[in-house]
Amino acid sequence: MNQPRFFDILSFGPDGWAKALLAGAWMTILIAITGYAIGIVIGGFGSWAKVSGGSATRIAADTYTTVLRGIPDLLVIYLLYFGGSTAVTAIGRLFGAEGFVGFPGFLAGSLAVGITSGAQQTEVFRGAFKAVHRGEIEAAIACGMSRWLRFRRIVAPLTLRHALPGLGNVWQVVLKESALVSITGVAELLRQAQVGAGSTGLPFDFYLIAGLLYLAISTMSGVLMRQAERYFNRGVRRA
Amino acid sequence: MDWNFLSETFVSLIAAIPLTLSLAGLSILFGAALALALAMARLSGVAVLDWFARFYVFMFRGTPLLVQIFLIYYGLGQFPAIRHSILWPILRQPYWCAVLALTLNTAAYASEIIRGGLLSVPHGQVEAARACGMGRFMQFRRIILPLAIRQALPGYGNEMISMVKATSLASIITLMEVTGVAAKIISETYRAIEVFVVAGAIYLAINFVLTRLVQLLEYWLSPHLREPRPFLIPTTEGDAP
Repeated sequence: MNQPRFFDILSFGPDGWAKALLAGAWMTILIAITGYAIGIVIGGFGSWAKVSGGSATRIAADTYTTVLRGIPDLLVIYLLYFGGSTAVTAIGRLFGAEGFVGFPGFLAGSLAVGITSGAQQTEVFRGAFKAVHRGEIEAAIACGMSRWLRFRRIVAPLTLRHALPGLGNVWQVVLKESALVSITGVAELLRQAQVGAGSTGLPFDFYLIAGLLYLAISTMSGVLMRQAERYFNRGVRRA
Repeated sequence: MDWNFLSETFVSLIAAIPLTLSLAGLSILFGAALALALAMARLSGVAVLDWFARFYVFMFRGTPLLVQIFLIYYGLGQFPAIRHSILWPILRQPYWCAVLALTLNTAAYASEIIRGGLLSVPHGQVEAARACGMGRFMQFRRIILPLAIRQALPGYGNEMISMVKATSLASIITLMEVTGVAAKIISETYRAIEVFVVAGAIYLAINFVLTRLVQLLEYWLSPHLREPRPFLIPTTEGDAP
């Protein structure tokens, strides 16, 4: 069999897979960013519910974080992908459509990533809020700031500063979790590697390249994260 | 609520629990041993060992577990040398590939936790052990390791829980553990929510028991933090109620 060599795969030529793999990497980044953003929104509301909600909202938020941190992420993807398809099919039938309608994999994937990472972000924000010095909030009240102004000018920026390291961890988790979205058939990095492995008979080479690309993405985002931390910690004296 | 369907699902998922537990148990066991070796390599002061451990941790923490599983399960078979080696009967089985991938993955995370534990052992305690005339090995076995384990246990508990969750990925290489069976039932019946509830409850129950066991171990390992038992408190006559 005339198998391509390792570096032939990496070329941009007609036999090369570089283009497909880079497109997959871009899709991975898109899924991770979308899921992460959904997670931040959920985390914001979740931590608010835990910190200052009534007992009902607090119990709901506690249940959410306990359940989502205790079950596999793959299960959540299966729920959204299959459950979403069932729901969409049922809605389609209401409007007279025939047969099975699939739920878009990208949406299922980024929602699943968002819902699972949201539980972690809830805890990150809650911990960060607790680290905000009470005196800062008291001073804001003493200055006569309203609740909203206090949140916007004092609480949110300070919480964000304390939350950044934790948020960086969650981002790394989300990035790796996005590989699970390949089971929905979305052409992200791992899925492209699977396609390449299948059509060339070189699974080791393709999964190795995929792994190295994940490594590159996470290393680059680690560098960006450190810069963001330096920016948000400007004016803070280090011991 | 269709109780009939729920109980049927429950029965078929219960049958898959042993596989989930054995995947998690074996990989945590092997992973802990490898993690200890890696942590000691990092702290050995030998540059080659130190850099090897750093590189290992970087590679395995920076890539998705699913990629590692695929690399081992599909990738290794690409090489004739491996296909003809004595390891092939093991490496061709999805079960052992999953255990290997989970072990290598958890070792990377756990080695950092154990390293933190080893670093947290107070110098005074080690000095005291040396002053008592303990040899290096005995110092490690009697003083450093027990104290390090106690310190590392909360973090290690989290890692064990994430391993239980990670076993779900074995379903992608055809192993029918809890998530694998759940996915099969969902694709046959298209009743995602009910199956999800049952499977999720099973994982929550496993992780609940696991956290309790870790708490028990923590209690057992830190006698100095316990409240003294009431009957040991000296009482004077007339104090008794």
